[in-house]
Amino acid sequence: MKRSILSKTIAGALLLTGVFTAFAGFASDNAAGKISITNVSYDPTRELYEQYNKLFRAYWLREKGQEVEITQSHGGSGKQARGVIEGNEADVVTLALEGDVDEIRKAGLIDAGWVKEFDKNSAPYTSTIVFLVRKGNPRNLKDWDDIIKPGVEIITPDPKSSGGARWNFLAAWAFSDRKNGGNEEKNKEFLKALFANVTVLDSGARGSTTTFVENGQGDVLLAWENEAFLSQKEHPGDFEIVTPSLSILAQPSVAVVDVYARKHGTEEAAKAYLRYLYSDEAQRLEGRNYYRPSNPNILREFKDAFNLDVKLVNIDDEFGGWDAAQAKFFADGAIFDEIYRRR
Amino acid sequence: MSGLKTPSGRLKRDVIPGFGLSMGVTLTMLSLIVLIPLASVPLVLKDYSLSEFWRVVTDRQTIATYKVSFSCAAAAAVINVFFGVLLAWVLTRYKFPGRRILDGLIELPFALPTAVAGVALTTLYSERGWIGYLFSKIGVKISYTTTGITIAMIFIGIPFVVRSIQPVLENLDPQYEEAAATLGASRARIFTSVVVPEILPAALTGFALAFARAIGEYGSVVFIAGNIPYRTQITPLMIMNKLEQFNYPAAASIALVMIVFSFLVLFGVNILQSKISEISRGS
Repeated sequence: MKRSILSKTIAGALLLTGVFTAFAGFASDNAAGKISITNVSYDPTRELYEQYNKLFRAYWLREKGQEVEITQSHGGSGKQARGVIEGNEADVVTLALEGDVDEIRKAGLIDAGWVKEFDKNSAPYTSTIVFLVRKGNPRNLKDWDDIIKPGVEIITPDPKSSGGARWNFLAAWAFSDRKNGGNEEKNKEFLKALFANVTVLDSGARGSTTTFVENGQGDVLLAWENEAFLSQKEHPGDFEIVTPSLSILAQPSVAVVDVYARKHGTEEAAKAYLRYLYSDEAQRLEGRNYYRPSNPNILREFKDAFNLDVKLVNIDDEFGGWDAAQAKFFADGAIFDEIYRRR
Repeated sequence: MSGLKTPSGRLKRDVIPGFGLSMGVTLTMLSLIVLIPLASVPLVLKDYSLSEFWRVVTDRQTIATYKVSFSCAAAAAVINVFFGVLLAWVLTRYKFPGRRILDGLIELPFALPTAVAGVALTTLYSERGWIGYLFSKIGVKISYTTTGITIAMIFIGIPFVVRSIQPVLENLDPQYEEAAATLGASRARIFTSVVVPEILPAALTGFALAFARAIGEYGSVVFIAGNIPYRTQITPLMIMNKLEQFNYPAAASIALVMIVFSFLVLFGVNILQSKISEISRGS
């Protein structure tokens, strides 16, 4: 009698597992003939890649006579990187930060040396950090030292939770560093004054944009240039973009996730997908989507849209690379935590 | 396992059949959905030393988030109990047009994606939104303060209280109240001596559920919180921040503290509840 109850218990367990397996089986159905690539990207690139995928599909059909289907996924850059590490089998990643892509390398999914695999440190398009202010710039905010004045309300995402926000922090630091002749203490005071003015510290860049644009919080939003342009396009006449005298070259990185691309047999297409981002047509498409094309000739075609006079520092020369910046500023107990602790 | 020994020594079968099969399904389901995922939290910590763990969970900024999370969740749960009892009372005791629609609306916070709720509440309660505008006139700021956090937590917790209390009120025979009235009890006395003891265990269940839900809530709260360190950061956000920096053990450490805290609170409420049930049944 006891045994029969035990066996029925096991039967119940097996039944349930069987149901789960059946569902899993349905999910991993694979179509033959055409090739399929998954591109895991971050939030604001949605519109860009929707258009780019069409361009690439046509190109690949022309070149190889092969149909290619591209699946897109968007979300916070760090979250997306974690997704890939935890088993979201992307063929390519196009993320906001070199650091996020490098975490995937550390997990063993991307081959070492990926930064040099494509031109310009695998950053086909760049952006920078600008100020989005309300129409007419009522508080007359022109540069970084204007926004740290008492009473100015700043909206920026949290550098701890948002990769994009780390560029904001670093741009402000670079400005202060020039102004204060490299005095670290003064830089910390500068950043402390800046963050004392921050009234809402959203967890991601899109959240900050909503807070500033839709909920009317703050005098100035520290934003990626492409996000600022998008907000301006959606609310014509409500906002102005102010480019500070100095900012940072934000380089979103792209890479083939070698382990998964090899597993799927999509290596060739995945590489071509990223390489084609540097073609003239694709560069123009990126410019039209408010990213700065990395090809200087094509960038010049957009000189009316972008302020090309801004001095841009880059993370390697200014901060000794992404890892060093991460450890110095954003790790637990590092400078960002310190400036909040001092208040 | 399930059978009791009869005096003759043979196992007696349960009157209700299917124990083995249903227990198997239960255990598998519970393991797959609850136990294994929960057990994996401490598992992430296996390479972490005790001093590291302690440093992470007692960091000043992290402690500030516990205070925000637990105080706001407790405030929201208390408000929900009062408001929820009132709502359940209105829905069960009075007949009025639109009652069914109102009853259906109670569940809406369950169905709505929490991020949608968060964005909607933030907009409504910011100085630009019409509720927030009215409050800003009297100098009260709601969005981006702990008040805002509490409001988001009230929103997501209210169905738990209403749905816990409603069935009890429906089954509560009005004859007891009538009897108390004929014996000369005042209306207040009837409520405190007849109604409250009956609904108290259910109200506690509602409290515990609403509290637990509020502690763990991330999606709706992050939008309305403002997330300023030491002031309006909630613990789940702290965990997200650690994850965002690929610091899995630190995230798991804080999560473990939350699980233990929440378990203790829920366990305490459970004990209190069974004590109250005993008393009210005994009297």
